[in-house]
Amino acid sequence: MLDDLDRRILRQMQADPTLGGSELADRVGLSAARLSRRVERLRDQKILRGPRAVINWRALGYEVEVSLRVTLDKTQPRAFDDFIDAARDIREVIEIQTFVGRVDVRLSVIARDMPHYQGIYRDQILALPHIADIEALMHVARIKSDESLPL
Amino acid sequence: MTEFDEIDLALLRLLADDATQSAGALGREVGLSQPAAWRRIKRLTDHGVIAGRRLDLDREALGFGVTVFLGVKLATKGRVSLDDFERAVSAIPEVQTVEHVLGLYDYRLRVVARDISDFERVLRRRIMTMPGVGDVEANVLLSEERRPGPI
Repeated sequence: MLDDLDRRILRQMQADPTLGGSELADRVGLSAARLSRRVERLRDQKILRGPRAVINWRALGYEVEVSLRVTLDKTQPRAFDDFIDAARDIREVIEIQTFVGRVDVRLSVIARDMPHYQGIYRDQILALPHIADIEALMHVARIKSDESLPL
Repeated sequence: MTEFDEIDLALLRLLADDATQSAGALGREVGLSQPAAWRRIKRLTDHGVIAGRRLDLDREALGFGVTVFLGVKLATKGRVSLDDFERAVSAIPEVQTVEHVLGLYDYRLRVVARDISDFERVLRRRIMTMPGVGDVEANVLLSEERRPGPI
């Protein structure tokens, strides 16, 4: 199980994933050797992965991001599996989430511009199986995105 | 816009998976020398394509069993400053992401909690009490998949 020291290490790493080993050791008050043993254990347990690079799609020319909230036809027993399998084949889909609530599945879709988005929507999204309803939220701005956990 | 070629995108894909890899290791994967890979990574960073680094933590193992997405509609637009709302909501530690959207809702929040009753506490005490909050829709996350995207 995790103890307070593990949490402290993760808190510091989360606050600044670029910290080097010796600086991190200073901040949590451990020797570099003890810190690296701890970090290794967290990685072995798969509690800690990454850091991963965060891609700024806008800088790659993808100006449009749309959140599509999909309701599926649940009379179809394989509605979720079929829909998700097919959605994985659309390259511009960067996130697939499933929910309990009013929305069944949400897709994050990126596109270079509105005509490009319209093409993806008409030719690929609307062709996905078992859709009962779709609502779109157009992305305006990302106010907070660090996804930190309140450790 | 700056152009990036296939090798740049391959490097980006590798870094999005694991940003701890050295330039030498990344170079070997894509058939570049260490200095050449390093120069390309620096260029991707300088152009803002790599927006930062993020730890990938196992939420469940860390005691956060519930993730909820909230669609928030502001009740009194015009009277409530969007800046004030954004600042206040971003300061809540359990709120991981805040996105300004157009459509059915004004904001989309990602909220993490220990369990459903902890979520209820966050919702009632922190979110519903904020000035200007109108209609709120909650969807509990069941599964989540990040896709590599068009690279």
